[in-house]
Amino acid sequence: MHAVLVSYFILSLLAGLLALFPWPAARIRGYFGGMGGALAALVGLIPVIAVLGGGSPIDMQMSWGLPLGSLHVRLDLLSAWFALPVLFVSALGGIYGMGYMQHYGERSGVGVNWFFYQLLASGMFLVLISFDGVLFLIAWEIMSFAAWFLVMFDHEQGTVQKAGWIYLAATHLGTAFLFALFILFADKTGSLDFSTFAVATGSANILFLLAVVGFGAKAGFFGLHVWLPEAHPAAPSHVSGVMSGVMIKTGIYGLIRVLTLCPVWEDWWGWLLIVIGICSGLGGIIFALVQHDIKRLLAYSSVENIGIICLGLGMGILGMKYQSPIAFLGMAGAMLHVLNHAIFKTTLFMGAGAIVNATGTRQIDLMGGLQKKMPGTALVFLIAAAAICGLPPFNGFVSELLIYLASYHGIIDHASSGAYPAFGGFAVIISLALIGGLAALCFTKVYGVIFLGTARDNRDVHAHEAPRTMLFPMLILALLCLAIGLNGYLLLHIVGPVVTGIHPQGSSMTGANMTALTQAWQTIGSISLVCCGVIALAALIVLIKFLAVRNRTICQEPTWGCAYSRPTAKLQYTGTSFVEPLASAFASLVRTRSKGDVDSSYFPQPESMSTNTPDLFMNGVYLPLFSGCSALFAHLRRIQNGRIHVYILYIILALCGIIVWSFA
Amino acid sequence: MEFRMNAPLALTGLAAALILSPLLRSIINRTKARFAGRQGQVMLQPYFELHKLFQKGSVYSHTSTWIFRAGPVVEITTVLAALCMIPLGGNPALIHFNGDLLLFVYLLGMGRFCTILAAMDTGSSFEGMGASREAFFSALAEPSLLIGLGGIAALTHSLSLSEMYGRLNIGILESPMAPALVFILFAFLIIFLTENARIPVDDPSTHLELTMIHEVMILDHSGFDLGLIEYAGSLKLWVLGLLLTGLILPLHTHSAELNLVLAIGALFLLAVCVGVIESTMARFKLIRIPQLLVIAFVLAALWIIWIARYSA
Amino acid sequence: MITHIIVALLVLINLQMLGSSRLGGLIRAVALEALLMGFLTLVIHTGQFTWYEWVVIGSTITVKSVLLPLLLKRALHETVVRRDVEPLVGYSLSLFFGLLFVGISALAVVKMPMPPIHTSPLVIMAGMLTVCTGLFLIITRTKAITQTIGYLVLENGIYALGIALAAESPFIVELGILLDVFVGVFVMGIMIENINREFDNIDTTQLTSLKD
Repeated sequence: MHAVLVSYFILSLLAGLLALFPWPAARIRGYFGGMGGALAALVGLIPVIAVLGGGSPIDMQMSWGLPLGSLHVRLDLLSAWFALPVLFVSALGGIYGMGYMQHYGERSGVGVNWFFYQLLASGMFLVLISFDGVLFLIAWEIMSFAAWFLVMFDHEQGTVQKAGWIYLAATHLGTAFLFALFILFADKTGSLDFSTFAVATGSANILFLLAVVGFGAKAGFFGLHVWLPEAHPAAPSHVSGVMSGVMIKTGIYGLIRVLTLCPVWEDWWGWLLIVIGICSGLGGIIFALVQHDIKRLLAYSSVENIGIICLGLGMGILGMKYQSPIAFLGMAGAMLHVLNHAIFKTTLFMGAGAIVNATGTRQIDLMGGLQKKMPGTALVFLIAAAAICGLPPFNGFVSELLIYLASYHGIIDHASSGAYPAFGGFAVIISLALIGGLAALCFTKVYGVIFLGTARDNRDVHAHEAPRTMLFPMLILALLCLAIGLNGYLLLHIVGPVVTGIHPQGSSMTGANMTALTQAWQTIGSISLVCCGVIALAALIVLIKFLAVRNRTICQEPTWGCAYSRPTAKLQYTGTSFVEPLASAFASLVRTRSKGDVDSSYFPQPESMSTNTPDLFMNGVYLPLFSGCSALFAHLRRIQNGRIHVYILYIILALCGIIVWSFA
Repeated sequence: MEFRMNAPLALTGLAAALILSPLLRSIINRTKARFAGRQGQVMLQPYFELHKLFQKGSVYSHTSTWIFRAGPVVEITTVLAALCMIPLGGNPALIHFNGDLLLFVYLLGMGRFCTILAAMDTGSSFEGMGASREAFFSALAEPSLLIGLGGIAALTHSLSLSEMYGRLNIGILESPMAPALVFILFAFLIIFLTENARIPVDDPSTHLELTMIHEVMILDHSGFDLGLIEYAGSLKLWVLGLLLTGLILPLHTHSAELNLVLAIGALFLLAVCVGVIESTMARFKLIRIPQLLVIAFVLAALWIIWIARYSA
Repeated sequence: MITHIIVALLVLINLQMLGSSRLGGLIRAVALEALLMGFLTLVIHTGQFTWYEWVVIGSTITVKSVLLPLLLKRALHETVVRRDVEPLVGYSLSLFFGLLFVGISALAVVKMPMPPIHTSPLVIMAGMLTVCTGLFLIITRTKAITQTIGYLVLENGIYALGIALAAESPFIVELGILLDVFVGVFVMGIMIENINREFDNIDTTQLTSLKD
């Protein structure tokens, strides 16, 4: 197994390096990068499945030439669970990229792009299996930098450059906190190996806060998320899918890994995560609703789903103190949502990439009626959109169900005693329901405006269906959405041991865990059966309808337009108008700026209006902070004025100071 | 997996729903007519209309795709599935398991999702208008529904709709948390009016596009599709009404059949009440509806105070 | 007693350099100061001089008061149009600073713990004053030639401190200083010519345009 693990890295890097060679055709680069990467990922999946299937964790330790740390890698249950989406999604993303990069033709950066793509995939896997502080940070940096190079692929455009810089600054600010975190952990024993990490008394809270900020910057907690809506649209679509689907999950992995290293979990950690979850979930979806750019919208939606994962984690931590099944259900829901979100978010980004390729624009309000031109992409996008709203029979419903069950149990079991999980459950139910409802609003807007109706602009005259290499991974992921939705109980069996292993005292809760597991298994099993029944019933009704209307007259007419004499496609609802009730209800939070006025004279001239919603934290917190700092530091620049006389004066003053000081 | 087939009673309840649900609509309409001084339509009128619609052919728009044709099918399927999960008169429903209330709410959500998409499929701004409002208002109504059910769950210590409503009897009224039920009742009433597009949220008899929500979403459907949608609407009245009447009349006699009949009677009474509400109130301004839904949310969530009283 | 006269003359020359506005005058003052330093060496050294000590003193005096000032005069003629000092700090204020330096040097001689010396402490005072004057000239005069002159003055001061404080064979130290001065001035001369060629003047304030 050790050999298989190492061979994954070798194969992955080999695929990346081979893509760098100047082959005669750019397609060959794609073969090496995409197919080679997929092959490497399949190899990597072997040890992962072995561990998840009940094998013992794979542990490898070697010393290296560096003065600090050691090469200690460990593939245990937690790493294996997170590695599953990482490998799978990066493999499918590579295949998708093969088709997507053909759009760029013979550009020079394509080979470099494949190299960094493989580096990103193997970097993420290395982060998940690192069991030593120094190795973890090295892998973290490799991952972040590879992603940066991928984001800057279109670096001729100013917006892409700006997005790249914002991403780089944000990821390094987060990494600074990680440095502090690991140093604090290693304080007692001096060694940076995870197995020797010990929590000094009183420092557990600081450690948790450092972890929340450091890993939260990568995961995209609200407030630390400002790089997400910039970086994900700027990157090519297969990269956006991988970044949004799995790279931000490494932040969640890091947070959970820190939790496994702390022997005692405080109550307020759970509350903090619930608050972060509510803010991220609601903030993410509300900002997603008012976006015009499809990839920006999907990026904000990732923030929302990270919020849902945090809600599950928070409930899990709250429940741990009370030895109740809430802990298991909440954690299981969060872990399952990690996998589910990776699947459907990647599908959505791949679909968005196909749409952008077909129409040449990212603005939703310029599209329309693509259902007829791109039926395959439309179907896949529909399934993923229904999944992300948490609707049965797809997989989003299963993971949200587990978190709901945790919350409801929190209320039921603790209602009479009035303990904290009741309040936690109360808050989580309300926020999950609101998030789900708003997500439905958002994704009906997205799907309706892009695929349904008629084209609002004559851009998509040349729109065509995506090529097969792009459709194939999308179809697989969409089928997975349905499959996991209908077979949730299988996944619950796999997730169960993972969740049990998270808390150091988890094994002592086996009794409570088993009852929770059995209950949840029964619930999900029933749901699967009911969903199958619903699908069968729908098929039956379709059959009845077909039989009934076989001999009736069916005719086709233009849509009834209330007797307007000249209906145009521009009269349709746009995305902005669809969410206008919400935008005005949450106006103080969203602060949409609109430009342009309506001419109210008798013979109106051509007018235009545009709306723009800048990010709340970017404009309200970070930009003022950074410009304040730079204004402050500009004052310090007077010291460096280029005049030699002044520099010699500085030297003499320093010398005099030293002389005086040595005599004082 | 528990599918306790309490066969005769559950199936009788199901059959009653399937047969009698259009009557709810006619009761509402007759009540409104009586208030207006008219005789009102024949009690069996909805059946005649359904019959007429199921005989007709359809006109489809050039713009619409298979989603438009699939919308009504998904709507009726989800409402039928939800019907199988709601208990009638304290008797367990056909399908019940721990946590089925979530599937209930989210199946209705799936139906709504597809109806909204079908409306957007026509490419007309009227349907877009209705779809936008429907999506927003139901996004605000869903938390109230779920948290209200959470309150009932806290009271009855169970997570299955059948068990929750089955355990609501006179004895529960003596529990200290019982007054919370009254608030939840009013919240459910507001949600009932919202989800079924009744006054004061929406006027089902107007066809002014600027003021419609639900009616405008189904504007373009015709023939068999429209029949399915109308029937699904009646079923939804029945289903959501049962959520409400289960709270009003926790009277359980010893005979299960009598419970069934009483519950159906309660539903008819509810229909009369809705008719009265529709006749005495006017439709709210669209800006006021989110405020109404927030009031519903506050009412549904008030039970947390009772829990907070117990904590130290 | 001769020591005291020479020290007084050194103080006066330093003050004159601080208040002078003519480049030619500055160069003559530096040459004179080097000569006085040489005389000081002869006066305070007790005992007989060996022949190499004569060589060292002779070469020091030659280089510092004859050769280098000649070099500087030649550079002056070739590059500078205005034979003006162009200070950053005005002449009166420079003189005031000069008096301040005198006071500080005297104070330092009294307060600082010194190793046992066989000369009068006034020599140390003169040396420190010269060092301060040299540094002041470097900092507050803009032309590159005045910076070279300031450097020469600085080296004179260090030379004086050396002969006062060095316990045995101070002449090795002096040889080192001499070599240092020689090479330094050569390099500065080359640089002055390059600066002139590049900027058409030797105003060092123009060098700020090289700053990033």
